[in-house]
Amino acid sequence: MLEIKDLHASVEEKDILKGINLNVNAGEVHAIMGPNGSGKSTLASVIAGKEEFEVEKGSISLDGEDLEDLAPEERAHKGIFLSFQYPVEIPGVSVTNFMKTAINESRKAKGLDDMPANQMLKLIREKSEMLEIDRKFLSRSLNEGFSGGEKKRNEIFQLAMLEPKLAILDETDSGLDIDALRIVANGVNKLRNKDNAIVVITHYQRLLEYIVPDFVHVLYDGKIVKSGGKELALELEEKGYDWVKQEAVV
Amino acid sequence: MDLKEKLLSSFLAFEDTVDLDNPVHEVRSKAIKNFEEKGFPTKKQEAWKYTSLNTLQKVDFSIFPKEENTLDYKDIKKYFLHEIDTYKIVFIDGVYSSYLSETTHDGVDVCLMSSAFNKPMYRQVIEAYFNKVASQDESLTSLNTAFSKEGAYIYIPKNKAPRKPIQIVHFATGNEASLMLQPRNLVIVEENAEVQIIERHQSLTENEVFTNCVTEIFAAKSARVDYYKVQNDRETASLIDNTYIDQKRSSNVSVHTFSFGGKLTRNNLNYYQDGEHIDSTLKGVTILGEKQHVDHHTLVHHQQPNCESHQDYKGIFGEKSTGVFNGKIIVDKIAQKTNAFQQNNNILISDKATINTKPQLEIFADDVKCSHGCTIGQLDADALFYLQSRGIPKKEATALLMYAFSNNVLDSVRIPELKVRINKIIANKLGVNLGFDL
Repeated sequence: MLEIKDLHASVEEKDILKGINLNVNAGEVHAIMGPNGSGKSTLASVIAGKEEFEVEKGSISLDGEDLEDLAPEERAHKGIFLSFQYPVEIPGVSVTNFMKTAINESRKAKGLDDMPANQMLKLIREKSEMLEIDRKFLSRSLNEGFSGGEKKRNEIFQLAMLEPKLAILDETDSGLDIDALRIVANGVNKLRNKDNAIVVITHYQRLLEYIVPDFVHVLYDGKIVKSGGKELALELEEKGYDWVKQEAVV
Repeated sequence: MDLKEKLLSSFLAFEDTVDLDNPVHEVRSKAIKNFEEKGFPTKKQEAWKYTSLNTLQKVDFSIFPKEENTLDYKDIKKYFLHEIDTYKIVFIDGVYSSYLSETTHDGVDVCLMSSAFNKPMYRQVIEAYFNKVASQDESLTSLNTAFSKEGAYIYIPKNKAPRKPIQIVHFATGNEASLMLQPRNLVIVEENAEVQIIERHQSLTENEVFTNCVTEIFAAKSARVDYYKVQNDRETASLIDNTYIDQKRSSNVSVHTFSFGGKLTRNNLNYYQDGEHIDSTLKGVTILGEKQHVDHHTLVHHQQPNCESHQDYKGIFGEKSTGVFNGKIIVDKIAQKTNAFQQNNNILISDKATINTKPQLEIFADDVKCSHGCTIGQLDADALFYLQSRGIPKKEATALLMYAFSNNVLDSVRIPELKVRINKIIANKLGVNLGFDL
C-alpha cells in the first residue's frame, strides 16, 4: 500500500531523513520507534505532505501512485491520515462543524454530494460513543482549551470519522493516562481491518501493548537502522536505544 | 471654494433654520469658531499621521439635502437586523423618516435629537448632557457640534430597559451629487438601566458620501450599554465616527465595531471612567480589500481605582487596503488596581496591504496590570497544514482560519441574531463557503 523508497528530506537546508525505505501492506501495523531527534515526526509530516519539508530524493507512493506533487488535502482524499503529536487549536470552529467540513470536502473531491445531515449526526454519535467522548465536547471549539488527553482522543475521533486507508499515529500516547490510552487503543483496534494499515510512531513501548504491531522499525539519524517483529519493541524498552545506535555506527 | 470655507459659509445659512435663542446655539457658535481656527486635521498631526482627508476636502459636498427623499422598505430591508423586533430611528439623507422608524416614549425615550433640542420638557437634560463628554477641542467634533440638529436621542430612566434593541440607521440616497452628513446622537442611561444599540451608516449610491458623526454616551451608576457599529458601506462612502463615553461607578459599556466596507473610515472611540469598578469593553473586527482604509483610534482614560478595560481588535487586510490602530490608555495616579488589556492582531493577506499599529500607554499609577500586544503576521502554517491534512483544501482552510481568527471577538456580542449576521458577513467577505451553518 505505502511504499517509501530511498527518501531524503530536509528542512531549511538541514538533512533530516537520509534514505528511508519502508513498505507497508494492507492489513499491517507498523511501529516506528527511535530516540528524540531521529526524524520520526518528520517522516510522518513528509508522508502527509507538509510543505516546509523538501523532498531531496526518493519517492513515496500509495497504491502505486507517486504522492510527490499532491497537496496535503489531496493526500487526505487518497486516504492518508496523520494523527498529530501537537494538534492545533482552532478557536471559533466547533469539532462538529470541523468534521462536517472535512468529510464533505473529501466527498466533494470524490465527486459525491454532501453527506445528509441525519447520516452525519448518526456517524458522529456512533464514533463519539466508541471513544467515550461526551456530546458537549463536540460543540466546543476545536482543540481550544483541551487537555493533552482530550486532544489525542479528538485526533482518534477524527480518524474514526474519516476512515482512512493509511493512518499514521504520531506520538499518540504522549499526554494520555492509562485509562485514556486504553480507550484510544481500543478505538484504533476496532478500526483495523484487512484493507487498511496503521503506522504507529512512538518513543515508548507502552502503546504497543495495546496496539500490537506486526513490524517494528528503529529510526536513528534519518535512517531505519533495524527492523523486526513486535519483540524488538520489548528489547528496546529493556535496553534503551544505545545498542542500536552503536550497531548503526558500525 | 474648499470644503472648510464652504462649511463656514453654510453655517450662516444653517443659522436661519434653527432657534438662535436656544442655549444650544451658544454651544454651536463656540464650536464653529473652534473649527474655523483649527480646520480639518492634517497628516502633520500625530493623531492623523496615517489618514489623509485631503481627497475628501476636494469634493463639492452638498451640506444640506435639498429635498426629502423616500425609500421603499423592501429595497433596504437587508440593511436592518430584521430577524428580530427592534425600535428603529431611521434617517434618509439626514432627514428623519417617520415611515421607516419605530420610536417610543413608553417608559423610555427613543426618539430624535431635533425634538430633544426644541421641546421644553427635554431642556434640562440637554443642558446637563449635550456636548458634555464630547471634545471641545477636536476640530471635527466641533464641526459636528456646530451643525448639530438631528440624530438619535435615547434616554433610559433609572432601573429601566427598553423591551427590545434599538437600531439607528442613516441612509444616503444619492439624489444629491455628493452629500455630507453630520448626525449627532445622545444616549443617556440612568442608574441600573440598560440598552442595546446597533448603528449603521449606509449609502445607496455611487455618489460620494461623507459622514462626520458624533455620539455621546452617558452611563450612570451600574448602567449597562452595548453598542454595535456595523460599517459595511460602499466604496464611495467615507465615515468619521466620533464616540465619547462617560462612565460612572460600576457601569459596564461595550462597543463593538465591525468594519468591512467604505472608502475611508476613521473611528475615534473615547472612554472616560469616572467612578470605581467600571468595566469598559472595546472590540473590533476589520476585514478590508481593494483600496479601503480603516483607522481605529481608541482612548481609555482610567481616572479612578479598581476599574477594568478590555480591548481586542482583529484585522485582515487584503489587496491594497490599509489599516491603522492606535490604542491609547491613560492610567491616572489615583487609579490604582487598574486592569487594562489591549490586543491588536493583524493578518496581511496581500503584499500591497498595509497596517500601522501603535499601542500608547501612559501609566502614572504604580499598582496596575496593563498588558498590550500587537501582532502583524501571516496565517499559522501549522494550523493550515492541520486543516489540509484533514482534506480541507488550502483555499477553504485559509478562509476557515481567518474566520476563526476574527470570530472570537464576537463572543461578547449579546444579540445572537446580530452575531449570526456578522458571522455571515465575515464568511462572505472571505469569499468562501465554510461548509457549515453558522
